[in-house]
Amino acid sequence: MASNFLRLRKPYYVESTIICSSSSDQKLVNLSFGIDETRNQTKKRQAKEHHGRRSCLDSCCWVTGYLCTTWWLLLFLYHCCLPFTVVHEVPELMPAARLKREGLTGIHPVVLVPGIVTGGLELWEGKPCADGLFRKRLWGGGGFTQLLKRPLCWLEHLSLHNETGLDPPGIRVRPVPGLFGADYSAPGYFVWDVLVKNLAKIGYEGKNLHMAAYDWRLSFQNTEVRDRALSRLKSKIELMYRANGNKKVVVVPHSMGVAYFLHFLKWVETPPPMGGGGGLGWCAEHIKAIVNIGPSFLGVPKAVSNILSAEGKDVAYFRAMAPGVLDSGTLGLRALEHVMRVSRTWDSVVSLMPKGGETIWGNMDWSPEDEHVCDFSKKRYFRLSPSDNNVNKSNAKQVFRVKDPVKYGRIISFGKAASVLHSSQLPTAVLKEILHMSASRNFTSSCGEAWTEYDEMSRESIQKIGAADKAYTATTLFDLLRFVAPKMMNRTEAHFSHGIADNLDDPKYNHYKFWSNPLEMKLPDAPNMEIYCSYGVGIPTERSYVYKLSPSNKCKRIPYQIDTSVDGEDRSCLKSGVYFADGDESVPVLSAGFMCAKGWKGRTRFNPSGINTYVREYQSKPLTSGIKSTAHVDIMGNIALIEDILRVAAGATGEEIGGNKIYSDILRMSERINLRL
Amino acid sequence: MSSLRRRKPINESSDSKHKAEEEDEGHDDVDADGDDDVNGKNKKTPSKIKKKRGEKPPKQPKWSCMDTCCWFIGCICITWWLLLFLYNAMPASFPQYVTEAITGPLPDPPGVKLKKEGLEAKHPVVFVPGIVTGGLELWEGRECAEGLFRKRLWGGTFGEVYKRPLCWVEHMSLDNETGLDPCGIRVRPVSGLVAADYFAPGYFVWAVLIANLARIGYEDKTMYMAAYDWRLSFQNTEVRDQTLSRIKSNIELLVATNGGRKVVVIPHSMGVLYFLHFMKWVEAPAPMGGGGGPDWCSKHIKAVVNIGGPFLGVPKAIAGLFSAEAKDIAVARALAPGFLDNDIFQFQTLQHVMRMSRTWDSTMSMIPRGGNTIWGGLDWSPEEGNSCAKKREKKNETQIADQAGSENAVCKAKSANYGRIISFGKDVAEASSSDIERIDFRGAIKGHSAANTTCRDVWTEYHDMGFAGIKAVAEYKTYTADSLVDLLHFVAPKMMARGTAHFSYGVAGNLDDPKYKHYKYWSNPLETRLPNAPDMEIYSLYGVGLPTERAYVYKLSPHAECSIPFKIDTSADDEDTCLRDGVYSVDGDETVPVLSAGFMCAKGWRGKTRFNPSGIRTYIREYNHLPPANLLEGRGTLSGAHVDIMGNFALIEDVIRIAAGASGEELGGDQVYSKIFNWSENINLQLDEEIPVHSSS
Repeated sequence: MASNFLRLRKPYYVESTIICSSSSDQKLVNLSFGIDETRNQTKKRQAKEHHGRRSCLDSCCWVTGYLCTTWWLLLFLYHCCLPFTVVHEVPELMPAARLKREGLTGIHPVVLVPGIVTGGLELWEGKPCADGLFRKRLWGGGGFTQLLKRPLCWLEHLSLHNETGLDPPGIRVRPVPGLFGADYSAPGYFVWDVLVKNLAKIGYEGKNLHMAAYDWRLSFQNTEVRDRALSRLKSKIELMYRANGNKKVVVVPHSMGVAYFLHFLKWVETPPPMGGGGGLGWCAEHIKAIVNIGPSFLGVPKAVSNILSAEGKDVAYFRAMAPGVLDSGTLGLRALEHVMRVSRTWDSVVSLMPKGGETIWGNMDWSPEDEHVCDFSKKRYFRLSPSDNNVNKSNAKQVFRVKDPVKYGRIISFGKAASVLHSSQLPTAVLKEILHMSASRNFTSSCGEAWTEYDEMSRESIQKIGAADKAYTATTLFDLLRFVAPKMMNRTEAHFSHGIADNLDDPKYNHYKFWSNPLEMKLPDAPNMEIYCSYGVGIPTERSYVYKLSPSNKCKRIPYQIDTSVDGEDRSCLKSGVYFADGDESVPVLSAGFMCAKGWKGRTRFNPSGINTYVREYQSKPLTSGIKSTAHVDIMGNIALIEDILRVAAGATGEEIGGNKIYSDILRMSERINLRL
Repeated sequence: MSSLRRRKPINESSDSKHKAEEEDEGHDDVDADGDDDVNGKNKKTPSKIKKKRGEKPPKQPKWSCMDTCCWFIGCICITWWLLLFLYNAMPASFPQYVTEAITGPLPDPPGVKLKKEGLEAKHPVVFVPGIVTGGLELWEGRECAEGLFRKRLWGGTFGEVYKRPLCWVEHMSLDNETGLDPCGIRVRPVSGLVAADYFAPGYFVWAVLIANLARIGYEDKTMYMAAYDWRLSFQNTEVRDQTLSRIKSNIELLVATNGGRKVVVIPHSMGVLYFLHFMKWVEAPAPMGGGGGPDWCSKHIKAVVNIGGPFLGVPKAIAGLFSAEAKDIAVARALAPGFLDNDIFQFQTLQHVMRMSRTWDSTMSMIPRGGNTIWGGLDWSPEEGNSCAKKREKKNETQIADQAGSENAVCKAKSANYGRIISFGKDVAEASSSDIERIDFRGAIKGHSAANTTCRDVWTEYHDMGFAGIKAVAEYKTYTADSLVDLLHFVAPKMMARGTAHFSYGVAGNLDDPKYKHYKYWSNPLETRLPNAPDMEIYSLYGVGLPTERAYVYKLSPHAECSIPFKIDTSADDEDTCLRDGVYSVDGDETVPVLSAGFMCAKGWRGKTRFNPSGIRTYIREYNHLPPANLLEGRGTLSGAHVDIMGNFALIEDVIRIAAGASGEELGGDQVYSKIFNWSENINLQLDEEIPVHSSS
């Protein structure tokens, strides 16, 4: 999941250019001297020659010519000295180089499963407006240039059908297969590339390295229905297992790929037609380990805000790419509505909704992170937010804050008051009444083409929901979403479930909609398999939101938006309307770590065969650069993580790489969650 | 795709117009400034300026030469940006609109046309690319290849050839002994459809076919590009990359996920041989083969649609191995002929190319197979009596409109001896066999020449031969297909030792002989049986109407010390016998002679023969070459050339129909323009099972 795509993270490249330029400093100086001289001369001349024969056009040409020539010269010099100043990769930068010297070689084939939004999509059939884009990328790589060239056309092609969640008629957009599918999500912004490079160093190549590209917009089962993606993955794993001397594979899913691969684990052992018919021992036979990176096992709160108001930077990340552009209205002042309309057709977004309800995420007055009062990130907060300068002004309030822990359980609150008051002071939920009332909705179709489901809601119900003093927990949230986005929820509830199973032997749990929810499925019977949860910690991560009604309540607006004016006191977790908790910028620790730390630990009802689980956390250090970053996507370049993966791929077990490695409060948080195991 | 190509010329013309205008202006100014400059510097004749300008004082500022240059560059830059901007802002359908305005409405691409007829995707499709068209990328390399990880070394822009030629050659070469990776270098085929859709930017291979198939509903799940490392021998692709296993697994997957519909396989060029090898491999039992069982092919394959298949090899391959002069195998040369002949490699380009391509086992799969039985002996050849007149008329009508009458008579009297694939000297090529004195080269002693020491940096096996060996080769005068293999053994012993472990070039005596279970026979159609799959269909699609290399006139290279000692004698020309620049040509698609592409489907496999025991039906579809009508058409939609045929609309239409379920009969059966049936008749090859066969006449 990407947040800010424009950041470049290639420290060594920068180094190289510096060295390069220093070596050619002399020339540059000379050059600039020359330029200055000539400039002075021309200035003099121009001064003298008031009505000279040189027209404005001539001067323009002349200036451009100078610039071009200088540019080319620099470019030429840059290219000339590049080969001579090749930065020999410091072993620290390439863990594989060091490990190779230790004698490590790749043994187990590796399967990479990308997450949401990082995979490329290309066009196979389109409307006339997409002429000439056949098999060109729409998403990822250079595909985003199309966004600027023909924005509406681009959005139309990326949308799915609103009823079925599959292709709209006449449009076929398909995932880019192979390693090219997700090595870079935009030029210069790597996702898998660093890992692939390192794997290659210890002997991996096309025959034992596979990227399981899938269309991340679809619900998981639909990737099989439409593209046969699950069947292809199964066949690929079987082939790699056989062709590499019956060595089991190591699977490395990232972000939403984690849930996708959970789905696959169940799918492959289920008999056809619903499943892959691999038989009960399939996973035990073919899979050595699953190294989940930044896993969103229990969902992310970000997904809620995205669905409600299209404001999750993450899923609709084009907003982050060009915030100014989108807000100013290249799409006719309705960028957000368009984004919302498109992303609501993507079933997969719903798979990221928080799972496990109040048991996991906390209720009105309680949450597992209660004891953690934001001191985890004191230093970083000082560093990160310039607004914290007014430390002294708010001393008085601090006392109040410490007494009252943040109520993370209220994922959505309307108004700041609703997010801090004790539950007894809040009006009891009246959502049911609203739902009753909604039968008499009046349809207002006066709002032009940018259709969102908000246009079908009456003004009163919008206001009722959004009235101050209301708060929603992970359970009541779904009632809210069912109300504001009935069609989307209808569609996706056939594919995803977000509850907790009481009795896993109930035959209803054979349905595929439960497969991607770790709280409603049993892990396969594979006692020798290993499951890792590897994620970054120490970065403030969105956990709950304070909302407000949009000021301009015209029909053209999304009626709710995050109340960015709400700021907590200094050192509180509330900032710009968002409560933060520990995590990797996208996924809170709770979601990433709970299953490995407790839900699957030992023999539980979710893990009947006692598969070994390991929690590997990577701490974010101050002033982290590319190679040590632990942010959700940047962690793919983290050398510690890469080293762990290489060791596992070369045959090490979880114990051999050091067992659990925990920095956060995940164990205490898990303790506080009262889940029957 | 085609629209892109069409777009270019228009732009260029307008571009050049603009430039011309700019240049005019520029010239005026330059002239004036030049004058001023001289004047300004010398300050001799201020009066002149006064005359010119009138009231201006002599001190008037001048533009220096540099200023003028900058101004000029600025002009060009701005024009360029303007054009670029216009180009990008232009609606995508604009070039098509212009083309239609100029040439009249274009025919629909076959995909669109057939979709209107209601055709839909049915059978999954497997592409098997040929030699040199597949992309290769670097996975591990030496230091000089820093930063090229997973970048294309072959295909794409070929930028690295120019930047670091020696490094590139080193990485593209294989190990001389094993034919596998050299130590510390791993170059692997690109996988997926991108592997061979375009060979170089704008130079399509499979892209047009893919685009048209997509029109009737094909997509990634129903198409598969069986990319393999085309430098390796076929069995080694399995040993190193498990490519054959992957193809098998992918075909099984395609069948399973598409409701049990069998696949249509479309191999091109050398891919044809590769797929022959695959069909034997997949049914052979486990250690050597894929263990698919004897009915794997009939269960999984609907049809094999061979495009431009060199079933029996191509004479070009000989020239390539012998003297690195075949354009096709050393495509690098064809891409930039002038460039390579100059001296980026210090005068030794050809040697480098030869040394590199001799490490590629796959080139040996293209050596003519079947010996004299197929390719003809000293005095006869299957194409005997082939008259060049017809072809030449087509080729350059202007030249010989008046001579045509008399020429036909001459042609009959004098016919080329195509059987002599290599002759030393034109006279030898034309003399009757009894007149040629030949001294056997096989026992000749190879001497060490002094040249060895001076030319060590580029080692080719010729340096081991010495003058004596070279002389012995030339003394033998002329070589037929049989003795050619011996010749190659003589001049390139290491390469052939590697090659003969993987390929065989003979005609089988008795196919039941257990030795034919070995994989080296699998890619030779004359030494294998087709699988037992009576419902399968085999097509041979190829272009005709282009002169194709068939036999060569060689000479000794004048300075033989440091260069390759043999050279095609480009001075040998003979209008009557199709001899041109030292090359005898026959009908074909510019690379593969009709005989090689068509014989197996026309005769060798027709009906139930010993090579085709289950009676798989075969069809020949020929496509007559027509050059593109105008520049706007790019490489043409009617071309019959070896690679360009992949954009031939008629061929694409046939392929789509087959993929959508049509049988060979529904397509119209055979479609023949050449004399392939007559020529096949001339070949005396035993096709019945019982009688043992004696090859070589």
